[in-house]
Amino acid sequence: MLYDVIIDGENHRLELDRPDGGWRCRLDGFELRIDAVLARPDVLSILIGGKAYEIKRERVANDMHLWVGSSRYAVEVRDPRSLRSRRTGASTDQGPKRLLASMPGKVVRVMLRENAPVEAGQGVLVVEAMKMQNEIKSPKKGIVHKIVADVGTAVNAGDLLAIVE
Amino acid sequence: MFRKILIANRGEIAVRVIRACRELGITSVAVYSDVDRASLHVRKADEAYHLGPAAAAESYLNIEKIIKAAKASTAEAIHPGYGFLSENPAFARACADAGLKFIGPTASAMQMMGSKTHAREQMANAGLPIVPGTSRPLQSPEEAHEVAAHIGYPIMLKAAAGGGGKGMRLVHEPAQLNSALDSATSEAQRAFGDGSVYIEKAILSPRHIEMQVLADEHGDTVYLGERECSLQRRHQKVLEEAPSPFVDSEMRRRMGEVAVRVAQAAGYTNAGTVEFLVDQEKNFYFLEMNTRLQVEHPVTELITGLDLVHLQIRIAAGEKLPFTQDEVRIRGHAIECRIYAEDPDNDYLPSPGKITLLLAPSGPGIRRDSGMYEGWTVPIDYDPLLAKLIGYGTDREQAISRLVRALNEYFVGGIKTNISLFRRILQDEDFHRGRVDTGFLDRLLGSMRSEVQAKDARVAAIAAAVFAHLDAASASTNGGGRASADETFSSWKRLARLEALRESSQ
Repeated sequence: MLYDVIIDGENHRLELDRPDGGWRCRLDGFELRIDAVLARPDVLSILIGGKAYEIKRERVANDMHLWVGSSRYAVEVRDPRSLRSRRTGASTDQGPKRLLASMPGKVVRVMLRENAPVEAGQGVLVVEAMKMQNEIKSPKKGIVHKIVADVGTAVNAGDLLAIVE
Repeated sequence: MFRKILIANRGEIAVRVIRACRELGITSVAVYSDVDRASLHVRKADEAYHLGPAAAAESYLNIEKIIKAAKASTAEAIHPGYGFLSENPAFARACADAGLKFIGPTASAMQMMGSKTHAREQMANAGLPIVPGTSRPLQSPEEAHEVAAHIGYPIMLKAAAGGGGKGMRLVHEPAQLNSALDSATSEAQRAFGDGSVYIEKAILSPRHIEMQVLADEHGDTVYLGERECSLQRRHQKVLEEAPSPFVDSEMRRRMGEVAVRVAQAAGYTNAGTVEFLVDQEKNFYFLEMNTRLQVEHPVTELITGLDLVHLQIRIAAGEKLPFTQDEVRIRGHAIECRIYAEDPDNDYLPSPGKITLLLAPSGPGIRRDSGMYEGWTVPIDYDPLLAKLIGYGTDREQAISRLVRALNEYFVGGIKTNISLFRRILQDEDFHRGRVDTGFLDRLLGSMRSEVQAKDARVAAIAAAVFAHLDAASASTNGGGRASADETFSSWKRLARLEALRESSQ
């Protein structure tokens, strides 16, 4: 199997096979002797050329990070045969903008109503969690097309709060 | 000694106090809000009483409900922990009125220290060193300009009722003063219901060092050494250590003696902390007194060999301090890391949620005071502090290396935490040299990530592919590979939902 792995923005190509239940691994074209055991869900004991590592997998919303000791790496895995990429389309100023919650919490204030004009950088609503308030600002000048999450709504990180056009 | 104590708090500190009660043979009573029924403190206590809804005002800050629970449980004393009602004189008074012993200072001592301006005035009158500035709330912008010009810029505006950095502004020049005054006043009004602010001379790159004191109800007061608390972010402490690498025994004695005089001037009893600002020339100034047990009390416990919560309870029960100042010995070095539910990828904003996996460190020189467990959902309603990891060693280097080792073992899955931040702090060269001030953390976070990171990136790449391979294999063998496949599915579903919304809005 082929995997394209992006670690902190850097691409690596992995080839993995399991002949006779063992592992065969090529990293960026180099053959490596590895052994891996899933100690428990999200915890991997891995030996690479005799060196032992414990790897922990952190999955929160759509983010994945791997911990090697206490170093933490942002990870994305792609199957190169798939044409579909999960992160599509670079953002531009064109078209409607979706305002997303940057943390889980509760909407405590909505400053602008639907159809109200909004400036770039102007606060649209406020999400509160753990005594911290996070103001969600409009990324562009336009009008508030829709307020999806009103005052009192509990939201998760990444949830849609409002749309600016 | 008390037979039964109610703990008017939650999280790791409630667990800490419950443990002390158990060690002393005292029955512990927990209280909890709707969202805390399954929290660790409720599981660990001998008895538990429901308070009400999640909102703190209707639960942990509700004096009436807590007193009622204490009466119903026949507790004789209340330990307030830190935060919530711990520094509220009305609560201490309500306890006394209800015939309950409040484990902490008297309401009047608390009141005197509760107003920063009042405390400054009292301390100045007692001849103790305070940062130059006003000791009364400012009456007008004109007065502010006058005072600022008199003590010289830069100056710091501070909320009289303040704490936690709210209502605080650094002002470099007269032109900035009016707008800073406006924003500090309105922020203080919102945070504390009291908009009064005062002026202090700004001490640039100060250290924040505090002195632990302990006073019994028979007139004896001792100091138990300092804690270095300069590592802060948004005026919240992140890492503390004792002793401070900046303080020698002579300076410790002088600071300790001032702290004892501060406590005595306030008629203080029980455990308390005197905070000082320290400048580059090792001049120290009284900042405020915290009239409660501090979050960071374990570092003092480790270097003195004392149990501060035991002592708090004994003092409240009327016992005399079991040792004198001369018998207090400082041995070794301790460092505490505050583990917060915060997202390091997103400016350390809160990250509550369900803990799906918890790997906890142990081994020599490691103490962990935690309020979390695997399977528990961290509520969005309270402070993000999950646990404290404390390393102890015969010297600072050993304490650091033990912590670095323990952090390698520590992992919290399902939510994001600030654990990875501590590796960066503990491996920083300035930190190793003890060169820390209150600007250290912002400078560190502003700098590039360390190169240590690159070394294991290839290991992470291999592991990522192995995880993907194992996920696919388990999905095909057990017809769906429950956990991972479900999660992938739901994130796809979410993506699809977002796409649909975008489509519909076009």
